Amino acid sequence: MTATFSIDRAGESAVIAYFGTSSSPEVSAAIHAVAQQVRRELGGELVDLIPSYASLLVVYDPLQTDHHRVGDVLRTAANNSVTSSSTAGKLVTLPAYYGEDSGPDLGSLAATAGLSVEEVIRLHTGMEYRVYAIGFAPGFAYLGEVDERIAAPRLATPRLKVPRGAIAIADRQTAVYPATSPGGWNLIGMCPVAMFDPDGNPPMPVNVGDSVRFEAIDRGTFLELGGELITDAVAGS
Amino acid sequence: MSGLRVINPGLLSLLQDGGRIGHHALGLTTGGPIDRYAFDWANRLLGNKPGSTALEVSFGGLELEAELATCVAITGANNVVTVNGETRKLWQGLVLQPGDRLRLDFCDAGCRNYVAVAQGFDIDPVFGSSATVMRENLGGLDGGKLRSGQLLPCGETTWNQMLRLPESLHPEYPDHLVARVVPGYQYEHFSTVKKRLFFGSEYVVSEASDRMGYRLDGPAVASPIQAMLSEGICLGAIQIPADGQPIVLLQDRQTIGGYPKLGAVLSLDCYRLGQLRPGGRVEFTPISMDEAHNQLHLAAVHFNQVELERVLA
Repeated sequence: MTATFSIDRAGESAVIAYFGTSSSPEVSAAIHAVAQQVRRELGGELVDLIPSYASLLVVYDPLQTDHHRVGDVLRTAANNSVTSSSTAGKLVTLPAYYGEDSGPDLGSLAATAGLSVEEVIRLHTGMEYRVYAIGFAPGFAYLGEVDERIAAPRLATPRLKVPRGAIAIADRQTAVYPATSPGGWNLIGMCPVAMFDPDGNPPMPVNVGDSVRFEAIDRGTFLELGGELITDAVAGS
Repeated sequence: MSGLRVINPGLLSLLQDGGRIGHHALGLTTGGPIDRYAFDWANRLLGNKPGSTALEVSFGGLELEAELATCVAITGANNVVTVNGETRKLWQGLVLQPGDRLRLDFCDAGCRNYVAVAQGFDIDPVFGSSATVMRENLGGLDGGKLRSGQLLPCGETTWNQMLRLPESLHPEYPDHLVARVVPGYQYEHFSTVKKRLFFGSEYVVSEASDRMGYRLDGPAVASPIQAMLSEGICLGAIQIPADGQPIVLLQDRQTIGGYPKLGAVLSLDCYRLGQLRPGGRVEFTPISMDEAHNQLHLAAVHFNQVELERVLA
């Protein structure tokens, strides 16, 4: 375990473990491993877990246990966990339709970066991303990190409506919007796979700790897979 | 299916149960009643299982018509409750006959009432819970607040004896409270001066407060941290955004966030905080983790040991 592991109080029934000061596939793998062990060890004393970039929040039932025991369980798990980044999580491939009609910011992002649109697509599909955190909205998975050549700051004025399925970049993070919502990320394409389906089993194709790769598909394939284009979504709203 | 018909939904009425637990990893928040204490009493007065689905009525204005015989219990904020125009008591079971109209006025102290029905409302759970979280469009009848004409399904019950919480135990809903805080998260990073300022000042509940969080106006607590990685947020977490004005995160909070936090308000005090209206005042006082732990156990023991009074319906 890294020397930077530490545990702090969060509230009356929650402690937070820090695995470092920055995110990395190794840190993410360690969090994943510790989370699994804490879940097993605490059983019914556990209320919920929130893994994130470099931390794990453990919420417990204060009528059944206390922060001393939860801290012990966390420390033991951290000392014992095998943290090979190759063992944690699965690899999920998400189809992506990159185009002017699916990614309104694709052209300007390429121009700002001094790249062709094809190069932006090649760089975005060329990387295996890690699911560092899920939050902001149900099913919103923060994926990192994109090649620094296609990193782009958030829009100065967020859009009031980003369609479900939009593939987006903000700084060195990328994501697929799980539902139509406001958003300030740069939209570069559309994914036809639902990132959050309350009736699905599982409801999300990815979990924190998984890896994601995007695979470019053409417009026809996108529509065949059930994708809806932004213009359709806007017109239908 | 029969039940209670919504004649007037009021300003913000939501079906809530004990909350959506165990799905933070999908980004789902817990939801659930803002004032868990009053909610638990409403269910217990009817002998319901803890966490049975009930209504949270914020600010009031709710009117329901019974389409079957049942019993309800209303707890929480000071309010006037009538059945067919006759005033009835809060904090005790009330019998409703088919055709009876139950009405809540607008509350004058506190801002949330709970309406439980015998056996609870019969709502299909989503991710294990009926809790309505409007931001996530999940729970309740359709993911939203109550609307006129909706039917709140429940079973028929005929009882002739009701339970009542002794009047001496009814909570008060003052417009000022001292909230206990367990220091945590980035607490150590804040300067001693800023921590003294936070614990020595009075904050006013902002108009922008809602079920996600209570935004407070008062002396700014400048954060020493400019950028940090998003991390998990627990109930009551005190978030300090760039403008230094604290936000206490409540039941509909986002699950992760990247603002520094001073710790978290004790849940028992989150319930009281969430009864404050805009303009209400709050001060904070630190307590140790051990003290918080004891307070939670004492509250649980106290709740279970209260002897209820019996009244004829």
